[in-house]
Amino acid sequence: MRTGLFRFFGLIAESLRDLAPIIIVIGFFQLVVLRQPIPDLAEILLGLFFVLIGLTLFIQGLELGLFPIGEGMANAFARKGSLFWLLAFSFALGFGTTAAEPALIAVAAEAAEVAAAGGVLGTAPGAQADYAFYLRGTVALSVGVALVIGVFRILKGWPIHYLIIGGYLLVVILTFFAPASIVGIAYDSGGVTTSTITVPLVTALGVGLATAIKGRNPMIDGFGLIAFASLTPMIFVLLFGMLWPALG
Amino acid sequence: MIMETLIQLFWTAAVTVRDVLPIAVVLFGFQYLVIRRPLPHLRRIIIGFIYVVIGLTFFLIGLEKALFPLGKLMAKQLTDPAFIHGIGAVVGELRWQDYYMVYLFAAAIGFATTIAEPSLIAVAIKANQVSGGAVGIWGLRIAVAIGVAFGVALGTFRIVTSTPLHYYIIAGYIIVIIQTMRTERAIIPLAYDSGGVTTSTVTVPLVTALGLGLATTIPGRSSLLDGFGLIAFASLCPIITVMGYAQFGRWLRLRRQVEGD
Repeated sequence: MRTGLFRFFGLIAESLRDLAPIIIVIGFFQLVVLRQPIPDLAEILLGLFFVLIGLTLFIQGLELGLFPIGEGMANAFARKGSLFWLLAFSFALGFGTTAAEPALIAVAAEAAEVAAAGGVLGTAPGAQADYAFYLRGTVALSVGVALVIGVFRILKGWPIHYLIIGGYLLVVILTFFAPASIVGIAYDSGGVTTSTITVPLVTALGVGLATAIKGRNPMIDGFGLIAFASLTPMIFVLLFGMLWPALG
Repeated sequence: MIMETLIQLFWTAAVTVRDVLPIAVVLFGFQYLVIRRPLPHLRRIIIGFIYVVIGLTFFLIGLEKALFPLGKLMAKQLTDPAFIHGIGAVVGELRWQDYYMVYLFAAAIGFATTIAEPSLIAVAIKANQVSGGAVGIWGLRIAVAIGVAFGVALGTFRIVTSTPLHYYIIAGYIIVIIQTMRTERAIIPLAYDSGGVTTSTVTVPLVTALGLGLATTIPGRSSLLDGFGLIAFASLCPIITVMGYAQFGRWLRLRRQVEGD
């Protein structure tokens, strides 16, 4: 019990160290640069306490739940040996986690506003909501596809950089043909798709697969799934921007 | 205040559960319908999931209470023309140098939020395990944070100068390609991954607030068209700095060897 308590305090101290930079930056700019007092100090201290507890619990949950289940499923699929089900799982994981991602919902709504302001959308009622809905679907689809490609790469042991650099070239080429209003959103959508729960899970899946399959190196083959999940949304959203006027 | 906090706790917990639900459905659905084998350590895994949900709930509320309002307010104040040009000053031509405090804040907040980003901590822990300690947890986190700091600062500079986003991104890609050819193979996938993990729960809201603040206060910028792009920079630059970190490490080892001989 005593050691458990000690361990817990140790973990809290670690979280405090993770948060120290933010506290210092905000404190410095508020007090020294803007020369203003910190409003609502009690509320802020309570908030910081919550952040500390939350981060500590999350890291614990990571080691207890997210990492083991990602690796356990990777192992089970590797033993089962069914390529179809492994790829179906990868697609479902990518699509399912992204479709419900709150950051994406926000960005899609904003993107619909940009499109409406740019006159890309018709004046029909609900055009903006439609646009946001299909954009979200496109990004979710792209992350599903990303995990399928990424997992397939791990199975085959292909070097990642050819695929990623090829993807970059595609992004650059598409940029010149896509409407200007979609470019910023497309580039940003690569970053917002990978949430705090998806990242540990997907990382554990990749590393678990590369460990379970003979001849694969977890460092070289296991990482890289997130890279695909941040690349394909850019490509798909640029294509979406080009095709929407024709389809909508 | 206590009642309010409790209600907020409850709502955030509900939202977090809603976010975790699709993931849990996919995981357990495939586990029981396709793999059809009991999960080892099921109890521990469920406890872990509960920790994750409760942890994220507290984390998000804490951010909402402590950091986001102040951070967003600061982003607004720092980009306020009255602060940048002095109160009552007649603003003639826009000079990018006047915004030095904004770049400084962008870099500092980019660095600080990245260090606190839970998904980056997760990837750093995994990379440390997998590489047998060769990739340090803090080494990776600091390398990524420097990348985000540089990326966000560059992104604010772009908004101020209103230069096209894709020029910067294409230049960044070229640097990544050159580095890829010169870095040891083992670090490449991790470096590519670190671009995607940086922009999550903590970084996105603060960085977005900064971008929007800038785009709305600078005359002639549209918050809708120019506010985007900071996340793209924050995802690209860490790839460069993580490969740079590996190259720097190798250079250090080589130098030590040379000195040892």
